[in-house]
Amino acid sequence: MSATTADLAIHAEGLVKRFGETTALDGVDLEVPRGTVLGVLGPNGAGKTTAVRILSTLLGADAGHATVGGYDVQSQAHQVRQLIGLTGQYAAVDEALTGAENLLLIGRLLGLERSAAKRRAQDLLSDFDLVDAGHRAAGTYSGGMRRRLDLAASLVGRPRILYLDEPTTGLDPRARNDLWDIIRGLVADDVTVLLTTQYLEEADELAGQIVVIDHGRVIARGTPDELKAMTGTRTLAVRPENHTHVPTVRVVVAELASVEPDVNGQLVTAPITDSAILPLVVRRLDDAGVTVTELNLRTSSLDEVFLSLTGKPAEPDRGHDTNQAERIPA
Amino acid sequence: MSTMTATTQRQPDQASGTTPLSSRVGPIEGTKQSLTLAWRSVIQIRHSPTDLADFSVQPIMFVLLFTFMFGGAIMGDWQTYLTFMLPGMIVMNMLFVTMYVGQGLNSDLTKGVFDRFRSLPIARWAPLAGRILAEQVKQIWSIILVLGVGMILGFRLQNGALGLLAAVGLLLFFALAFSWVGVLVGILAKDPERVQIYGMTVLFPVTFMSNVFVPLESLPSWLEPVVDANPVSTMADAVRGLMMDGAESGPILQTLLWGVVFAAVFAPLAVRAFRRRI
Ligand SMILES: Nc1ncnc2c1ncn2[C@@H]1O[C@H](COP(=O)(O)OP(=O)(O)OP(=O)(O)O)[C@@H](O)[C@H]1O
Ligand SMILES: [Mg+2]
Repeated sequence: MSATTADLAIHAEGLVKRFGETTALDGVDLEVPRGTVLGVLGPNGAGKTTAVRILSTLLGADAGHATVGGYDVQSQAHQVRQLIGLTGQYAAVDEALTGAENLLLIGRLLGLERSAAKRRAQDLLSDFDLVDAGHRAAGTYSGGMRRRLDLAASLVGRPRILYLDEPTTGLDPRARNDLWDIIRGLVADDVTVLLTTQYLEEADELAGQIVVIDHGRVIARGTPDELKAMTGTRTLAVRPENHTHVPTVRVVVAELASVEPDVNGQLVTAPITDSAILPLVVRRLDDAGVTVTELNLRTSSLDEVFLSLTGKPAEPDRGHDTNQAERIPA
Repeated sequence: MSTMTATTQRQPDQASGTTPLSSRVGPIEGTKQSLTLAWRSVIQIRHSPTDLADFSVQPIMFVLLFTFMFGGAIMGDWQTYLTFMLPGMIVMNMLFVTMYVGQGLNSDLTKGVFDRFRSLPIARWAPLAGRILAEQVKQIWSIILVLGVGMILGFRLQNGALGLLAAVGLLLFFALAFSWVGVLVGILAKDPERVQIYGMTVLFPVTFMSNVFVPLESLPSWLEPVVDANPVSTMADAVRGLMMDGAESGPILQTLLWGVVFAAVFAPLAVRAFRRRI
């Protein structure tokens, strides 16, 4: 084991996984140093869950190799399981048990004495704001409570390495922020986290490193800042009051943003890297006598990050179509 | 949520990696884990009124319905019929209960609970063993229930406690073997409802085409050999013999043999399907 490998909590090389005709993973490399957060970003069907399942020993890879905490996920699965906690994409709680019983069950399975398991369950319930609901069947929980219980269940064994598969999908903003705080607390305790998400913002908030995957391949990696610099993180949107002004707006935006804008009805959008062009746009439109009903700059959605990551050099004319499935060049 | 540090402190042994982690689960720990998982399956019932109704109301209803609706028509008076039918009813109930193992397993698989178990450092076989073990508890409960209702109505055991114990032992043995069918169905079915549909569409006709509810002699001659060959009939004969006087070794041995056959055929199929699904 080399020195660098020893410092890596998760190390995957060339992971390949096929399901019949579908290639879910097509040679994925991942490196997560101890005590850091890796954000795995990707749209539906990118292969995020598949990667998590391989790294958490639930699924065997068809090719490639991965170690977790220095142990091979395939040949030393039992050791790996002693190190990890898994919060899957869909909350895996037993709906017929109460919240407390769910946690007690995991504690007992992990070999805690009954009293110790009970104490651990109570501690986690209070950490996750579930004390009052602890005696109710988990089937009666709201989506957010279920997610929290699920996360609590994955922490019973105090894992050193935690997988979170889209942990905040379906949560309201407050619940999402609470969960982010919890994750930050874990990282402060030196837990290594691999987090998958569809939201750039979430990866930005939590992850030191981001890997963007699509169609089972890594298409970009770097720190959030590097990624933003690489992708141009904002979208300029202009909607003229009069539809006859659309061509004028288009020309102005094209010139200033240096890309061919996307026209959708009366709305003209373009990805931009430099927000300083906003006043220029306003001035030029004013000079041209165009009144606008909407003019704004918004943070790029994952969709737009993807566009700029994958659609640029290979297929410039495809530019801004919104059909994700076709976009990525093979 | 401000107290995270209190509960997530590092465990030195795991964090430093100096103490090597164990590489496998010993049989004693595995058994403990199975018992814990069995405990879980049993307390599930407490929070699930529909399960409780399935386990408890349905068998009682069946005993009452058959005794009073059909008893007179089939055997002249319901008292005679009760004595004839009740042991078979226990057999039928036992078969139905084996489907719950499939339903529970399927629900764990489809809801991701199984993935959670598989990500824990526990014995690979513990979740399955726990389910099957818990089912035995449900079996005993449903035997007590049917027998209890029967005795309130006037059913009398004629072979003493020993006969009863032997009958229960035989029932549990067969249930254990037959639960592999439930396991297989549970793994193959897309959702828990479908497991129940299977129970209805296969187990119902199979149990009704037996001598549980009607005496063999009353059947048309072409049907008689079919019904006679049905293992449910064999088992009903064996349990009748053990509970009432007149235990014959024939049906008992045949029941044991059927159990072995079911386990030998369905256990490997179920394990293979299991490996494939997870
Ligand atoms: N068990 C399976 N059988 C067949 N195909 C599968 C299976 N699991 C995943 N796939 C396929 O593999 C690809 C990657 O799926 P995966 O679940 O890893 O994506 P994901 O990035 O997690 O997507 P999402 O954001 O929707 O959760 C998809 O095309 C999916 O249909
Ligand atoms: Mg997924």
